[in-house]
Amino acid sequence: MAELTFRNAVLAALAQEMERDERVVLLGEDITSGGVFKTTTGLVDRFGPDRVWDTPISEQAIVGAAMGAAMAGLRPIAEIMFSDFYAVCWDQVVNEIAKTRYMTGGQVTLPLVLRGANGFGSLGFGSQHGQSVENWAMCVPGLKIVSPASPVEMVGLLAAAIRDDDPVLVFEHKALYGGKAQVPDGEQFIPLGQARVVREGSDVTLVGLSITVGLCERAAVGLESAGISAEVIDLRTLVPLDAQAVLGSVARTGRLVVVEENPGQLGWGAAIAALAAEEAFDDLRAPVIRVSGGNVPWPVARELEAVVDVSPERVISAVQTLMKH
Amino acid sequence: MTQATADDRRTDRAGDAALYERMLFIRRFLEKVDVLYRQGQVHGPAHLGLGQEAIAVGAASVLRPEDYSIGTYRGHAHALARGAPADAVLAELLGREGGICAGKGGSMHITSVEHGYYGSYAIVGAHLPIAVGLAWASRIKKTGQVTICFFGDGAVNIGAFHEAVNLAALWSLPIVFLCENNQYMEYSAISSMIPVERPAASRASAYGLEPLVVDGNDVFAVAEMVGAAVDKARDGEGPALIEADTYRLKGHSAADAGAYRPAEEVARWRGLEPLLRQRALLLASGTDEQDLIRLESRVAITVSGLADRVLAAPAPDPATVWTDVWADGGSRWRN
Ligand SMILES: Cc1ncc(C[n+]2csc(CCOP(=O)(O)OP(=O)(O)O)c2C)c(N)n1
Ligand SMILES: [Mg+2]
Repeated sequence: MAELTFRNAVLAALAQEMERDERVVLLGEDITSGGVFKTTTGLVDRFGPDRVWDTPISEQAIVGAAMGAAMAGLRPIAEIMFSDFYAVCWDQVVNEIAKTRYMTGGQVTLPLVLRGANGFGSLGFGSQHGQSVENWAMCVPGLKIVSPASPVEMVGLLAAAIRDDDPVLVFEHKALYGGKAQVPDGEQFIPLGQARVVREGSDVTLVGLSITVGLCERAAVGLESAGISAEVIDLRTLVPLDAQAVLGSVARTGRLVVVEENPGQLGWGAAIAALAAEEAFDDLRAPVIRVSGGNVPWPVARELEAVVDVSPERVISAVQTLMKH
Repeated sequence: MTQATADDRRTDRAGDAALYERMLFIRRFLEKVDVLYRQGQVHGPAHLGLGQEAIAVGAASVLRPEDYSIGTYRGHAHALARGAPADAVLAELLGREGGICAGKGGSMHITSVEHGYYGSYAIVGAHLPIAVGLAWASRIKKTGQVTICFFGDGAVNIGAFHEAVNLAALWSLPIVFLCENNQYMEYSAISSMIPVERPAASRASAYGLEPLVVDGNDVFAVAEMVGAAVDKARDGEGPALIEADTYRLKGHSAADAGAYRPAEEVARWRGLEPLLRQRALLLASGTDEQDLIRLESRVAITVSGLADRVLAAPAPDPATVWTDVWADGGSRWRN
């Protein structure tokens, strides 16, 4: 066991996979200096300049080069410093990376990872550096989407993303980078598409991803003291989605609250709510409630952030509403 | 600017007839697609490279089988020039079983990885960064492979062009960027959309590259200039940016009559079109005209037989629409 921060868990996963497979190469802005969030520190010294490449500020070229290199047999990992910057290279992600295997009739495979800092977390990053954009990717067939909730999850899921033969977007919540936890020694690997029951419960199912998993856990503790038993599910991956884990839990609890940080007007929580409506209607004893980020571009002042950010209190109040049914 | 002309390379004629045959086959193939389009047999748009065959054939002639090429929606000629099977390409255009992209790509996405043609992309400029990635991989793996990236004159005004050429030059990658300057975007003359003289060559110096221009309707000149650039790239001397002057004989796509082009301009370029020039050169260098006529009728028969066979093929199995999103062959996104 070793205590690792979330950012060092990223580093540990990268090192583990670079050690294991020499086709794994990294590219991104300032990454030989560790990158803005210090997730790649020391990798160039350990693996050499042919494996770790600093790039100009050229997101289209970074992501496009990752795709070309993947077609040519490497397993590139591109760092997108802030996930807001996906907007600059979204064409490469959506029109090229997501579609080329399909539109060539399966002639190419694209084993690549795009990873970087994502999310709000009331850190003062504002509208252009603070977004949660995992929902952008979820409406595009051909992309896998991973967003780990803890250091141990980070190592195992990033390793699985790197070994996966398809394009995987890994969203690392920037408010989690500093958090620490024990990570077991030895190789870590968590298969994509398997949700995790973080806490068992019988009255309500709380579904979270990334930062909202811990938030659901805190809500569950609060609810327990009010005599309500909440089950917490960490989706881990939006695509592939472990729908059965959600449906199975709802079958036991009869109530569902989905907690997402991205704006609710079309967040991934809508897909989970629709899943329950379409496939678990008979199990539901109450309407589904979504707790999600506010439908405005993100503000910066703390008091304004607090209005739009998700919180354990908002989850608890949603559950209390449901318990009236 | 460095100009290369056909006269630089008129000593070794071995293989000249083969180049002519390749261009001729592609010309007849594209003309057939144009006819089939008018008959409603092509589902979706079809951008034909009629008149630009010398670029595809000349460039392909200097590549090794393991080299990479990559291009645009106007990519049929580039796939065929690398050796992609014409029946599978046509089946893709006609939406028949056996299509080279299984009916999922169509005219704009013809790809033949087996022949080194890594795809046709329909977002203008988007494939330049991808081409950089192919070349980057060759550099990392030290395979000696070279990448050729074909794109239109219109692509120089999109950001991806600049990011890609800059990165390739910075990393000294083995890649040749080949701008097919057919003088037009869709309906606008490129000259009206650039503040410099030439779309690609005038930009070269911004990336520390030599401005290279070639007569793109002269298959020898193309082979010579691209060949030299490919050799340098293979030797580790980094990328080249070449602008090949050409002209499309028809509209932007098969649906476009091209009425926005002045008649005298069209007539002038018709006189410079690559196939007739190549034929005249072959005759001037002593090729028997009867041999050419026999070759021409053989190619015509091949192409019409090809079309008959493909038209008779069934549609793809509808169940295949669910295959090949993921590497495991399927498309499941949830359990
Ligand atoms: C990003 C983008 N913008 C616009 C279009 C629409 N479009 C398709 S082809 C084309 C003209 C491209 O001209 P050029 O690059 O010269 O290539 P050519 O068609 O002449 O081969 C345009 C504007 C597109 N496909 N992609
Ligand atoms: Mg053009």
